[in-house]
Amino acid sequence: MIKTRKAATAGLAALAIALAINAASAKEKVKVGFIGPLTGGVSVNGIGGRNSADLAVRLRNADAKAKYEYEMVVLDDECKPDVAVRVATKMAADKDIIAAATHYCSATAIATVDTYHKFGFPVIVWGAVLPDITYRNKYAEIHRVNGTMINQNDVNAELISKLGYKTVAVIHDTTDYGKGHNEYFSKALARIGKAKIVGTFGVTADQQDFTAELTKIKALNPEVIYFGGLTPIGVRIRQQMDKLGIKAVFDGTSGIVSDAFIQGLGPLAEGCLAFREGAPTEKLPGGKFFMEKYNAQKYEQPPEAYGAFAFAAMNMIIDSIEKVGPDRKKVIADLGNVKDRDSIVGKITFDDHGQNTVAVITKYVVQDGKFVEWDDSDYAKSKRKLPGQK
Amino acid sequence: MDLGLFAQYVMNGLMLGMMYALVAVGFTLFFGVLDVIKFSHGDVLTVGAFTALASYAGLSALGIHSPWLELIIMLVLATLAMALLGMLIARYLVMPLRSAPPLNTLLITLMLGTALRESVRLFYPQGANPKPFPALLPRASIDLGEFNLRLDNVLMLAAGVAVIAGLQYLLNRTKLGLAIRAVAQDEETARTMGINFTAIVLITFAIGSGLAAFAGVMNGLYYNEINFGLGLYLGVIGFSAAIIGGLGSIYGAILGGFLFAGLQTVGTVLLPFASAYKDVFAFAVVIALMAWRPTGLIREKISERV
Repeated sequence: MIKTRKAATAGLAALAIALAINAASAKEKVKVGFIGPLTGGVSVNGIGGRNSADLAVRLRNADAKAKYEYEMVVLDDECKPDVAVRVATKMAADKDIIAAATHYCSATAIATVDTYHKFGFPVIVWGAVLPDITYRNKYAEIHRVNGTMINQNDVNAELISKLGYKTVAVIHDTTDYGKGHNEYFSKALARIGKAKIVGTFGVTADQQDFTAELTKIKALNPEVIYFGGLTPIGVRIRQQMDKLGIKAVFDGTSGIVSDAFIQGLGPLAEGCLAFREGAPTEKLPGGKFFMEKYNAQKYEQPPEAYGAFAFAAMNMIIDSIEKVGPDRKKVIADLGNVKDRDSIVGKITFDDHGQNTVAVITKYVVQDGKFVEWDDSDYAKSKRKLPGQK
Repeated sequence: MDLGLFAQYVMNGLMLGMMYALVAVGFTLFFGVLDVIKFSHGDVLTVGAFTALASYAGLSALGIHSPWLELIIMLVLATLAMALLGMLIARYLVMPLRSAPPLNTLLITLMLGTALRESVRLFYPQGANPKPFPALLPRASIDLGEFNLRLDNVLMLAAGVAVIAGLQYLLNRTKLGLAIRAVAQDEETARTMGINFTAIVLITFAIGSGLAAFAGVMNGLYYNEINFGLGLYLGVIGFSAAIIGGLGSIYGAILGGFLFAGLQTVGTVLLPFASAYKDVFAFAVVIALMAWRPTGLIREKISERV
C-alpha cells in the first residue's frame, strides 16, 4: 500500500514537471490588438506607433518569465472614422483578442469609443488628443496614456501671449480633431485676454490649395497663424504662406510634431512652433531604454512623436494580462485601478474616465531642421527672433 | 475690396483653374474617342509629378544644377513616361473592355487609380510624407500693395496657355487631329476611311496622360510640395469640370476648370461662414448647373439622341 502511494506521488511529481516543461516550451498564446493609420497622409505616425507596440510585444515574448506568448493583430484605420469603426468592430468581435492599443487620429478614436463599449473590449488610446475620447462618456473600456489637447492649447496660448503677440488668425481642419484644437485654443487665448483672434478658417483635411484662405488672412495681417491640424496640410499651409509673402509666425499643435513636417518644408520649417504632451522621447524616464531597444530591432521607420506612448500602452495591456489572465472583464477591472504605475513615459495614473493625468507639456520650436525644446532654443534666449518677436 | 487683394484672388483662381482645366481636358479627350470615363487620370498626374521629382533627384546626383535644363529634362521625362503609361492603360485595361458595360471601365480605372496611388506611397522612398518639390522657376516678384505678382506664376500660366493652344492646333489643324476628331465622331466610319482606330486611341490616351504629367509638374512648381494623394482630389475636380463644361468638348473642359476654381475662390472670399464650406458651395453650384444643362455648358457638337 505504502509502495503504491509512493509510486503515485512520484508519478504525479513527474507529471507536474512534465507539465511545467511543456508550459515553458509552449506557452498559451494570447492575442492583443493594435489599430493606427498605416496608410494615408499620417501613416508615418501610425507605422511608428505600430513598430513601438510591436517592440513591447517582442520584448515580452523574449522574456522567459512571461506567462503567455503574445501575438499582435494589426489593423489600419486610415485616419478615417468610417474605416475605423469597421476595423474596430472587426477587432472587438474577435473574442480571442483580449485588449488593444488604438488610434492616433482623434477623429477615428472618438468614432470608435461606442463600439469598444458595446463589445466590452478594453482599449488604451496611444496617440489621439481630443478630450471627448475619454471625457464625453464614462466608459470603463476606454483609457488613454497620452494627455489631451486642452493642456497643450493652454500652454500654447500662454506662450503666444507672453511673447507679446496681439493678433492671431486660426486655421483648423474641420474634423473633430481640428475643431477641438480651435475651441480650446480660442478659449485659452480669450481667458488670458492679451491677444485677439482676427479670423477663423475651417479647411478640409485633404485640401491642397489654401491660397484663397491665406490671401484673406494676409489682408487681416495677423502676427501669428495658429494651425490646428496634422502634418500634411500643415506643410502645405506653411509653404503657401511663403508663396504669398505672409511673414506671420506659424504656430502649430502636437499634430505637426513629426520628422515629416521638417522634411516636407526644408528651411521653411525654421521658427515654426508646436506643442506636445509629455516630455520629448529622449527625456522620458525610459526614453533611452526605449530608443536603444527600438534601434536594435532595425525597424525601417522611426517611432515618431507618439511611439513611446504606443509602447507604454501595449506594455500596460500585457502587464494586466500577465496579472489577471487573458480575460477582457478582468483586464478592464485591472485597468480601472491604475495608480502611479511605472512606464517609460513616466508614472501613469488613470482618473475615473481612464485618462492619464499627465500635465507636462513640451513647447517646441523648429531650429536648424529639428524640433528643439523652446526653453533650450536660441529663440527663447533672444539669439534668434521669430517674425515680430520683441 | 482693395484692388491689390482682388488681383491676388484673381491670380490664385487663374492658377488653380489652369491646373483643373489641364486635368479636365484629359477626361474630355478620353471620353471623346472611346466614350469612357477613366478615373485613374488624377493618379496618373500624381505619378507624373513623382516621376519629375525622381528625375530631379537623379539629375542632382549627376551634378546637373542648371534650373532650366533640369526643368526641361524633368518635364520631358515625366510627360513621356506618363504618355507611355496612358497608352499601356488604354491598350491593356480600357480597350479590352470595349464591349463590356461602361461601368466596368469606370470601376477598373478607379481601382487602378488606387493601385497607382498606393504604389507611390509604398515604393517611393518615404512616399507617405509630403515631399518638397524644387522651386526651379525664377523667384522674382513684385509687390503691388496687397498683390504679390510672382514671375513663376506668370510663366506657369503662359506655359499652360501655350500647351492648351498647342493642343487646340493639333486637334483642329493637323491630320492627326482630324483623325482623332473622326474617331470621336463615328468610330466605324473612321475605320472605313482607313484610320487606324487602335493607334488613334493610344495616341489620344498618350496626349491626355502627358497633359496630366504637365499639370502634375505645374502643381509641384506652384505649391513646392507634392504628396501621393494630390491626384485624387484633382481627379474629382477635373472630372466635375469636364462634366459641367460638357464631356467631349475641349473648350467646355477649360471653361469648366476655370469656373470651378472661380467658384471655390468666391466660396472662400464672399461667403460669410468662412472657408469650411467652399467645396460644398462649389459642388452645389455644379449640381445646379447640371440640373439646368444636363449635357454641360458647351455641348458636344454631335451628340447622340435616342
